[in-house]
Amino acid sequence: MIYSISIECLQIAFVLGAAPLFVGWVRMLKCWAHGRASAGLLQPYRDIYKLFYKDVTIARNASWIFRAAPYITFGACVLAGGIIPVISTDLPLSLSADVIALVAVFAIARFFTALAGMDAGTAFGGMGSSREMMVASLAEPAMLMSVFTISLVAGSTTLSQMVHVSLSSPLVLRPSLAFALLAFALVAIAETGRIPVDNPATHLELTMIHEAMVLEYSGRHLALIEWAGEMKLFLFASLGVALFFPWGMAGVYNPLMLPVAFVSLAAKLAAIGAAIVLVETRLAKMRIFHVPEFLGIAFILATLGMLSFFMLE
Amino acid sequence: MTMTAPLAAAFFAVIIFLIMAGVAPFLASRQASLVRIAFLFSAAASVMAVYAGIAAVSAGSAETLIIPIGLPDLPFYLRVDALSGFFVAVVALLGLFVSIYSFGYVSGLAEGRPVTSLVVFYCLFMAGMLLVLLSGDAYFFMISWELMAVSSYFLVCFEDESVEARRAAFIYLLVAHVGAVMILLAFGILAGFAAGFENFGGFTFQAMRGAHLPPMWASIAFLLAFSGFAAKAGVIPLHVWLPEAHPAAPSSVSALMSGVMLKTAIYGMIRVTFDLLHAGAWWWGGLVLCLGLVSAVMGILYALLQVDLKRLLAYSSVENIGIILISLGLAMIFKSFSMNLLAALALVAALYHCLNHAMFKGLLFMGAGAILHSTHGKNMEGMGGLIHRMPQTAVIFLIGCLAISAMPPLNGFVSEWLAFQAFLLSPVLPGQLLRLLFPLGAALLALTAAMSARCFVKVYGVVFLGHWRGKQPCEAHEVGVSMRLGMGLAAVMCVGLGLFPTFVIGWMDPITKGLVGASIGSSAQAFGWMWLTPVASARASYSAPILFAGVMAVIAAAYYILHARSSAVRRADIWDCGFPKLTARMQYNSTSFAMPLRRIFGSLLLIRESVKPGDARRPLPFQERFTYHLRVMDRVWYSCYRPLSDAAFWVARHATRLQHGRIQIYLMYSFITLIVLLFFA
Repeated sequence: MIYSISIECLQIAFVLGAAPLFVGWVRMLKCWAHGRASAGLLQPYRDIYKLFYKDVTIARNASWIFRAAPYITFGACVLAGGIIPVISTDLPLSLSADVIALVAVFAIARFFTALAGMDAGTAFGGMGSSREMMVASLAEPAMLMSVFTISLVAGSTTLSQMVHVSLSSPLVLRPSLAFALLAFALVAIAETGRIPVDNPATHLELTMIHEAMVLEYSGRHLALIEWAGEMKLFLFASLGVALFFPWGMAGVYNPLMLPVAFVSLAAKLAAIGAAIVLVETRLAKMRIFHVPEFLGIAFILATLGMLSFFMLE
Repeated sequence: MTMTAPLAAAFFAVIIFLIMAGVAPFLASRQASLVRIAFLFSAAASVMAVYAGIAAVSAGSAETLIIPIGLPDLPFYLRVDALSGFFVAVVALLGLFVSIYSFGYVSGLAEGRPVTSLVVFYCLFMAGMLLVLLSGDAYFFMISWELMAVSSYFLVCFEDESVEARRAAFIYLLVAHVGAVMILLAFGILAGFAAGFENFGGFTFQAMRGAHLPPMWASIAFLLAFSGFAAKAGVIPLHVWLPEAHPAAPSSVSALMSGVMLKTAIYGMIRVTFDLLHAGAWWWGGLVLCLGLVSAVMGILYALLQVDLKRLLAYSSVENIGIILISLGLAMIFKSFSMNLLAALALVAALYHCLNHAMFKGLLFMGAGAILHSTHGKNMEGMGGLIHRMPQTAVIFLIGCLAISAMPPLNGFVSEWLAFQAFLLSPVLPGQLLRLLFPLGAALLALTAAMSARCFVKVYGVVFLGHWRGKQPCEAHEVGVSMRLGMGLAAVMCVGLGLFPTFVIGWMDPITKGLVGASIGSSAQAFGWMWLTPVASARASYSAPILFAGVMAVIAAAYYILHARSSAVRRADIWDCGFPKLTARMQYNSTSFAMPLRRIFGSLLLIRESVKPGDARRPLPFQERFTYHLRVMDRVWYSCYRPLSDAAFWVARHATRLQHGRIQIYLMYSFITLIVLLFFA
């Protein structure tokens, strides 16, 4: 028990610490791909540090929701970091929240961010909230469906159990998992606000989705939101790893496996980062009303995955 | 004739309601004390009925009492078992909160108009709902059903000077009676097969339970009963009365109608299909599941497009009834394949959602009443920033919004989680159609859940956040203590039912044991009270207390660390990308928030949208004003009901040709009739 609790704490600390590094890695690769000089791997840390030391400016009309939302978003993302098996399946928190609860934990964060976007009473804030909820309301079911396919294969919705089953069973190529993986990749792009759905680097008013909601934030509030966003990207990448490529993860009470787990995770995340950069440099951001089609494809793929499980397997 | 404690308490509560309904007209001259006395007694009666319901579920055994009034050979049977006890508890619990709320709310109404009729029919309505649940025979059931329908009709047309209220009440009465006829026919079939069609022997539920119906007649009885109850529950396409009646009624009544009256229809469905017909063919469940899916998805789509707060909540009730039916349909499918444990899981999901929906929808309707009371408007386009004017109502309403959007650790999430578990735990069932139905069902349930979060972000963001959008300056104020208390207690229940589901599910064990012969209470608690493990801990587990404590700990730690160094918080004007001259009209409102949805799902809905230039003589680029018209219409109304009512009017118009008002012609009709009769005789 003490071992698993310490693993849990280790993993949460790791997620908190490594998330900005992953974002730094993606940004650095992107700069190289564009032929620009990069600000270095550590720039996200410097940004967060700088924001923490700045004073907070809040709109006069903003209520307590505006001030509470960054903390709730941050809290939800940290908790998600304790639920998803990133380095080990030996996680007590994973038993308290299964994959449906995990999706709902992300939904809480989004619910409050969207409310905060509407709180100040600006045009852009409301626009961001409306668009974010549009993307979310289509991405969330697709995400649930793609994860459910794996739950059906593993016979469980508890994440650590799902990973445990796929680690201990022999490698079989299943058509349902192929559909689920495709759907999950599309959903992850939408949920983390990457190109071609949203552009994390944009401040061009009419193309923003997530940025438009958090436009009014400053200082430590903004730092928390940025950090939570970086964790979300990191967590979606590691969730994809855990669900589809878990090999190398440490099992129950297996401390010797931990170094291997770290190294394999780093290698996989580096590859995912490269894939993100490849997609983002090759594709342009799509028009906002093409996003439903994009997510509709993800939804259909995920449903096909579940259907092929029921029909074929 | 001995009465057990639960049945006696419930019956006594009904008697109090009936006495209050009789006494209220005598207090009509003193409106203030009428409200106080009536709702004090109704709160007391509700407490008693809550106790009765809880005790009846815990006891688990059925108790019957025969009252020798009624027609000869047709005495009234009162009966309470675990199932009816559960629904009695749900009805009375919300009844208690609404009674507390009504002290303030109805007093507010009493300043404008006499409320005697409201009080009388409120008491009759509560008595009617309780009697529906307590009746042990078809005859008494139908009488109670009518008492409930007619008293709620008078509550819907309480503001009888308004044309909309009268029209809404008429549609409601019409649909309620078409439904009642169907239910009556279904009971007729059941009673006939129980003891023959010549006598009244088969009219008790006890006799019907023992009847052996041929499969075809069982299916006919099921279809009749289901469509009758579906009309009351507001299942699409029988929902048309619901978005009309709920906004027209006073908010305390809408809370009861939406929160618990719809549940009496769910009770009827469960009673007939599981108890009396013993859940027959699998396609019954498939039908219920499909209708549930349609109601859930279409209900939330329509809800998202509404601008009237109470209409939006009414459509959201359609959605939630859909979610309940999804679980109920699953339970019926599992039961028909004798998978009793899974049937118990799905049935618990359905019942838990009944309880949850009563709490959060009751809370939201009471909140809508508070907003109406304080802003005198139902249209969300004219609201905004109420969180500054009504800080406590805002917090309570937020809990309701989070609960209905299925956010952990609140109650809405628990029932939805159980429903998803029922989907995912299903083994491979026989039949290609079912294999197709399960993934589709899970997908649409997921879509509904996500949509409802979006809907209630819209509601809360537009009503409580931002700036006031109205033309007149905002005069909203916080509502009185009793209204806040009524809503607050419902909010406490939302949190409690979300944090401690294992206790509630353990309590509900006797219901599923009685209906499907299995229970999940012991396996749900196997891991300790903190973890909800519906079947086995390896399959799925969820712990709301730990989740809640975890998020709170992180938030507290982050707050503490960030506030170690004191940094100033400066209040300034809105930045908004440096956009100057921002007005309240530039905010996103309800219509613009839902605009992406109209683009995506527009083809499913009936939408009329037009932009007209203000000055027809000028060319388009030089227009100063535009008028934007948007109408979202219910496709079901225009494709099913409109032709029907047109046809009825057509027939009526042509039938009036027979009437000329002249005595000679009428005498001629009689004469011809006589000739024809003589001819055939």
